[in-house]
Amino acid sequence: MAEYKWPDADKRTLIGKRISRTDGPHKVSGHARYNSDLNRPGMLHGRLLCSPHAHAKITSIDTSAAEAMPGVKAVYIIPDPDREIKWAGEEIVAVAAVDEPTARDAIRAIKVVYEVLPHSVLDTDPKAVGSLARPAQAQKVGDPDKGFAEAEVTAEGLYGMPVITHCCLEPHGSVIEWEDDKNLLVHLSTQAVSSIAAAMAPVLEIPAANIRVKQDHIGGGFGSKFGPDRWDFAAAQLSKKAGGKPVKIFLDRDSELMVAGARPSAYAKVKVGAKKDGTITAWQSESWASGGQGGGGSPPMPYIFNIPNQSKQHTAIQTNIGPQRAWRAPNHPQACLITMSALEDLAAAIGMDPLEFFLKNIELTGPRAEIYREEFQIAADLIGWKKNWHQRGDKTAGPIKRGLGLSLHTWGGGGHPSDCDITIQPDGSVELKMGTQDLGTGTRTTVEIVAADTFGLPMGVVKVLIGDNRFPTSGGSGGSTTIAGVSGATRRAALDALDQIFAKAAPALGAKPEDLEAVAGTILVKSNPAKRLTWKQACSKIGQVPITVRGKNPGPGKLGDSGVGGVQMADVSVDIETGVVRVNKIVAVQDCGLVIDIKTAESQVYGALIMGVCSALYEEKIMDAKTGKMLNPNMEFYKLAGIGDIGDLVVHMMTGKGYDERGVIGLGEPPAVSPYAALSNAVANAIGVRVPTLPLTPDRVLAALAKKGGSNARI
Amino acid sequence: MSDEKKPDKQGLSRRGFLKASGISLSVPLVLNYRMVKAAGAEVKVLGPGKAPIQLTINSKPFTAEVEPRVTLLEALRNDLDLTGAKRVCDRATCGACTVIMDGKPVYSCSVLAIEAQGKKITTVEGLMQGERLHPVQQAFVDNDAQQCGYCTPGFVVACKAFLDKNPNPTPEEVKRGLGGNLCRCGTYVGVRAAVLQASRGRKGGQRG
Repeated sequence: MAEYKWPDADKRTLIGKRISRTDGPHKVSGHARYNSDLNRPGMLHGRLLCSPHAHAKITSIDTSAAEAMPGVKAVYIIPDPDREIKWAGEEIVAVAAVDEPTARDAIRAIKVVYEVLPHSVLDTDPKAVGSLARPAQAQKVGDPDKGFAEAEVTAEGLYGMPVITHCCLEPHGSVIEWEDDKNLLVHLSTQAVSSIAAAMAPVLEIPAANIRVKQDHIGGGFGSKFGPDRWDFAAAQLSKKAGGKPVKIFLDRDSELMVAGARPSAYAKVKVGAKKDGTITAWQSESWASGGQGGGGSPPMPYIFNIPNQSKQHTAIQTNIGPQRAWRAPNHPQACLITMSALEDLAAAIGMDPLEFFLKNIELTGPRAEIYREEFQIAADLIGWKKNWHQRGDKTAGPIKRGLGLSLHTWGGGGHPSDCDITIQPDGSVELKMGTQDLGTGTRTTVEIVAADTFGLPMGVVKVLIGDNRFPTSGGSGGSTTIAGVSGATRRAALDALDQIFAKAAPALGAKPEDLEAVAGTILVKSNPAKRLTWKQACSKIGQVPITVRGKNPGPGKLGDSGVGGVQMADVSVDIETGVVRVNKIVAVQDCGLVIDIKTAESQVYGALIMGVCSALYEEKIMDAKTGKMLNPNMEFYKLAGIGDIGDLVVHMMTGKGYDERGVIGLGEPPAVSPYAALSNAVANAIGVRVPTLPLTPDRVLAALAKKGGSNARI
Repeated sequence: MSDEKKPDKQGLSRRGFLKASGISLSVPLVLNYRMVKAAGAEVKVLGPGKAPIQLTINSKPFTAEVEPRVTLLEALRNDLDLTGAKRVCDRATCGACTVIMDGKPVYSCSVLAIEAQGKKITTVEGLMQGERLHPVQQAFVDNDAQQCGYCTPGFVVACKAFLDKNPNPTPEEVKRGLGGNLCRCGTYVGVRAAVLQASRGRKGGQRG
């Protein structure tokens, strides 16, 4: 029986090394086929008619002119029992036609009569929205009154961030076709290949087993692409009406930004208190958040620092905007920004270096305190904290002010359920099958690394097949659960398969199976390495029938874990005449257990920092109160950072002894939490005043400077 | 709008033109263009309805029938099955659709397919040399300048065009010169390194 553990550091040939992603050549050459790239035989192009109103009743829909148009093959009214539109951009009718121009013309030919109803799209003031603000039960921890009585210094402020939209570069959508009247083939852009069939089956009234889901590549998800959407069901219905022909619907960019992505906002008025030595004594927050009809969840505040005395009140605000979707580390970025900003303001009020202040209170972070301490020291060295930090407000002459800020974060993770089949052929070829998906995180590469390292093979031998729900099931890619799930299942499958190879090869080597090991393309006797078979020779002993082994996660042995931390520090320059914020440098120090591929792991952290710069400085779903519409549903005015906007980024992964033993832990969420707080704190340190809410645009910076010395309690 | 007010006897007013085309919708178009006087000159007007086009892409001739309103990007993706260029912003902001036209990088979402006739177009699919990746592509792989990869083909083409024009860029020039491509996963650190590697590769004598 195999012992289910990761190889010791000195035995790892591929795990933890710097390996290029295996689908890289495919992507750079343009040959990688995303589902939005498919041109299926006889494929029809679908488009959507979407509501221009944020809240309305549909009085009538007339599709007759569209149906009569040459080239239009199917028209489908999307079912909505109460015929009530609840956000601008909500889909009403779908059309399939022989080409895109015809489908667009058909959409324009449809007449919908609306009874416009009152809407509400703003979430910056819970008092202004009446019954749409839904306060939750107040929460109390310890004795907040006593905590504030003990405080020698308090700081108060307003902090927050608006709703932002995922803006996946590959829009949401699918190509769907009926292979016959009972079987559906679905090419959907999704983070959960194995779960789509079960979600579609009840609506389409066919067995989930009759729904085939495939996806080779996905052009971004970030939490917004877990389930099939209304337009995907519409594509299936259009295909049915058109005799089963494939129907492609991928959202236009405006729809993508209006309805297919929304991270809830969060705002809070916070009061925090501490003793003069920096010991935090009390926290008080009044928070509110919105993410559409369901309001917005309560961010876990105070974040990480378990302040002994707390008083908290959260209010969810219902708005007429496209529904919220999960975003990397749901609720954590919001909680982190609010908490770390408030604590940094408190440190400034005391006149204490925030690094010293955070370290003074580090025990409040719980079991990871010592790791945070170590990470802070490394980050401080990398950014030159001691040399470059100054008291709040850069006192040097000239309009350009420079400042440093910091933050810390955490996330759980843990491995999702995952099955992996490995088949070894008598000729030595190896195939790995798994119903997982590669979001660009490197999943495809990492499972190959695990299997190849286990077999003592180089990269390029194990054929990895993912992205098909006919393969062994694997969980959705979310919550940083994928890498531990897929690597655990793969390692177990590979170890079991190797056991079988050892058993078949042992007689030829005159040894017992347990005396063998797989090294550098051979199966050899540990005590006498000269006695060896090549991998091919060993596999030839299998006989005629290949070996197939299934590995599962969870399973025996501790191969994965949950719970990581990280710290980030930012260095910015702010022009106080124009209000423009420039990122000079961001340092990220991150632990995540055993790293399978350091190259793609670092890329994830770089990506998280860049995404953080995007939403700290630029991103906002700007809603117009009067019309209820999103004012910037395009990429000119929904701004993302470009290659020159991100400064220099430094990533330090905590690996080696003390970290590797924990096994594999996901990395998608944690580094995406801190950038906002680190950047906001750096700006406050530079200009001497807090810019209360993100994004840190010139207008907000200048407004904060204009109010310098006054209250910041205004959005 | 002036042509609507002053119908030109020699050509067609826009209104008259629309009337004529309304009829032509129900019968197959025999002529695929009309001559119209505009701004004092005779110009060829295609459509509405499909018109045959010829494009030269990656040194190969392609033909298709597209409506004049179809963009080069849509023609590449929907009609010619060259799907390396991606449709993302669809209005010349993000660069995911970048192709090289007569030596210059262009956003193919903002070029009409009919306007691209007679031009020399290079798409990402045309960069490989046989089985070998172009040095820019290899540099993207080596420096992990990609995650989901959806912006990558456009970025690769933009980098190739940038290096053609500026073979020895400084890091500052890279930041400015590649500002026309946006990535959501956050791969810019890799892209910066990739461009510098590809640039060094050229100095080492590799083919550009």
